[in-house]
Amino acid sequence: MALVTDAGTEPVRYLKFKTRWHWAETLFWLATLLPFFLFPDYLQLASQIAITALFALSLDLILGYAGIVSLGHAAFFGTAAYAAGIFSKMVWGEPFTGLIVGTAAAALLGYASSFIIARFRHLALIMITLGMGLLLQQAANSAGWLTGGSDGLQGIEIWPLLGHFEFDLWGYTAYAYSLIALFIVFLGVRRLINSPFGLALRGIRENAVRMPAIGAPSRKHIRSIYTLSAAIAGLAGALLAQTTQTVALDALGFQRSADVLIMVVLGGAGRLYGGLIGTIVYMIAHDQFSGIAPQYWYFWIGLLLIAVVMFLPNGILGGLQAATAWLQNRWSKR
Amino acid sequence: MIASALKTSGLSKSFGSLSVARDIALDLPVGGRYALIGPNGAGKTTLINLMTGMLRPDAGQIVLGGDDITALEPQDRVRKGLARTFQINTLFPGLNALEAVTLAVAERRGVSNQFWRNIAEYRESIDEAYEILAKLRLGDDCYQPTRELPYGRQRLLEIALALATKPKVLLLDEPAAGVPHEESGEIFEVVAGLSDELTLLFIEHDMHVVFRFASHIIVLVGGAIYTEGTPAEIAADPGVREVYLGKRHHG
Repeated sequence: MALVTDAGTEPVRYLKFKTRWHWAETLFWLATLLPFFLFPDYLQLASQIAITALFALSLDLILGYAGIVSLGHAAFFGTAAYAAGIFSKMVWGEPFTGLIVGTAAAALLGYASSFIIARFRHLALIMITLGMGLLLQQAANSAGWLTGGSDGLQGIEIWPLLGHFEFDLWGYTAYAYSLIALFIVFLGVRRLINSPFGLALRGIRENAVRMPAIGAPSRKHIRSIYTLSAAIAGLAGALLAQTTQTVALDALGFQRSADVLIMVVLGGAGRLYGGLIGTIVYMIAHDQFSGIAPQYWYFWIGLLLIAVVMFLPNGILGGLQAATAWLQNRWSKR
Repeated sequence: MIASALKTSGLSKSFGSLSVARDIALDLPVGGRYALIGPNGAGKTTLINLMTGMLRPDAGQIVLGGDDITALEPQDRVRKGLARTFQINTLFPGLNALEAVTLAVAERRGVSNQFWRNIAEYRESIDEAYEILAKLRLGDDCYQPTRELPYGRQRLLEIALALATKPKVLLLDEPAAGVPHEESGEIFEVVAGLSDELTLLFIEHDMHVVFRFASHIIVLVGGAIYTEGTPAEIAADPGVREVYLGKRHHG
C-alpha cells in the first residue's frame, strides 16, 4: 500500500503535484508586465493581445477541454461587444457595469444555444456554430439603427476607470485593464480545470461514448462549460468595445472565429497556456509581417499552421513541453 | 425464492427488416453468474446495448431490482446500479488510470460538478479509486496514460471503470476479448473474485471459461433465446451443440 502522510496517500499527492503552480507560470505572468517598461509604444497592441488571449482561453475551454469544435465563437465575442457598446451609449459609460452587461448578454446567448450544442458533435457542430456566427453577423448588419451596420457602432464614450484612469491614446489604462481581466479569469479557469468538473470535461474530450457508461451526465456538463465559455468570450468582446471605443461588424465575423481557432491550435489546445502563447505568437507575427508585406500575411500564417499541425500535433506549447522532457531525460542519464 | 436483480420481458428490436432482438425474457437473480453465449451475430452485444439504454427497444420492459428502467437514459441506469464494460476498449486514452477511475467515482459521489476546489482535495474519491485499481492489480500502472498501458491492463481498466460506479448488476462484454489465452485467465480470476452480491452477466466465446465461471448459461441465436440452463444442462443439450458448439470448435 502507498505511503500515507499528512498530505494524503500517494495518489492524492500525485494529483496535487500534477496541478501545482509551476515557476514557469510566475515567469510568464511577470513577462506580461514587460510591455509597460520595454515597449511603451506597443501598449495598444499589447492590450489587443490580452483581449484576444482571453477570447482564445474561452475557446480552449470548450475545444481543448471538452472537445467541442466551434467555428462561430465570435458570435459571443461580438454580441457582448455590441451589448457593451450600446449600453455605454444609451445608459452610461461606467466601464465595470458595461463589462457585466456585455458578459451577461453573451452568457445568455451561450446558455440558450448550449441546448443545441450538447446534442451534436464533430462536423455537425462545426456547421451549427458556423451558421450561428453568420446569422448573427447578418442580423447585426440589418439592424443598422442599433448597431450602425457596416459603418460600425460609433460614439462610444467610456468613463475613466474607477473615476480616475482615463483610456488614453497610448493604451496604459487599456493594457492594465485588459491584463487584469485576463489574469483574474485565467486564475478562475485554472481552478476549474484542476477541479473534479475539469476532470469530467477531459473525460468528455477523451471519450464521449464512455461518459454515460460511468454515469456521467455529459450533456449537462457540456451546457455548463459552453455557457461559461460564451461568457468569457463575451467579456473579451466587451473589453475590446470599451478599449477601442468602437465596434465593427467583424467583431461577429467568421474571420475572427477562424483566427482564434488558429491561435488555439497553434499554441496547443487543452493546455491552458496554449491559447495564450498562440495568441501572442500570432498577433506579434501579424504585426511584424503586415508591416513588411501585408498582402502576403495569410500565406505565412497558412504555412506556419500546416507546419505546426504536421510536426507539433500538440502545438507550440506541446512541442516545448516535449523538448524540455527530452532534455531533462538526457540530463538525468548523464 | 432469490430476489431478481435484473429482469427483461418481451424485449424486441429491429433495424428495418432485420430483427436483432426477439421477445427476450431474462431474469437474473441477485448474485448470479450468468454467461451469455451464441454464434457471431446472435445479438449478444445488442442485448447489452438494449439493457444499458445505448439502444432503445421497440417493445418490452427492463426492470432493475424492482424499478422499471426502460425509459431511463444510460447514465441514469448506471446511477441505479447497472454498469457495463465494452468488447472494444472504450477508455479515456489521454487520462491515466487513476484519473479515469477517480472521474467515475466522482460522478457516482455527485461531486463532478464541483468546479472550484482542487481535485486533490477530494481525498476519499481518490483513495477509493486507488483501492479499486489496487484490487485489480493496476496500482503500479495507474500513473501511466491509458494509451500507453499494455492491452491486457487496458482490459482490466475497463472493469475498474465499471466497478467505480458501484454496480448491483455488471454486464461484461467479452472481458478478455483479444487477450492472449494465458492472460485471459487472470482477467477471469478478477471477475470470479468480485463480491457475491454483485450480479454478473458476461459474454464469452471460450467454452472452458464459460463452464468454469458461470452458474447459468443463456444461449442466444438469431436475436432470440434458444435455451438456458445450468452448465451441465447446456453441455448435454444436443441442440446447443448443433447451433453453436458443433459449428464452431471452441474449446
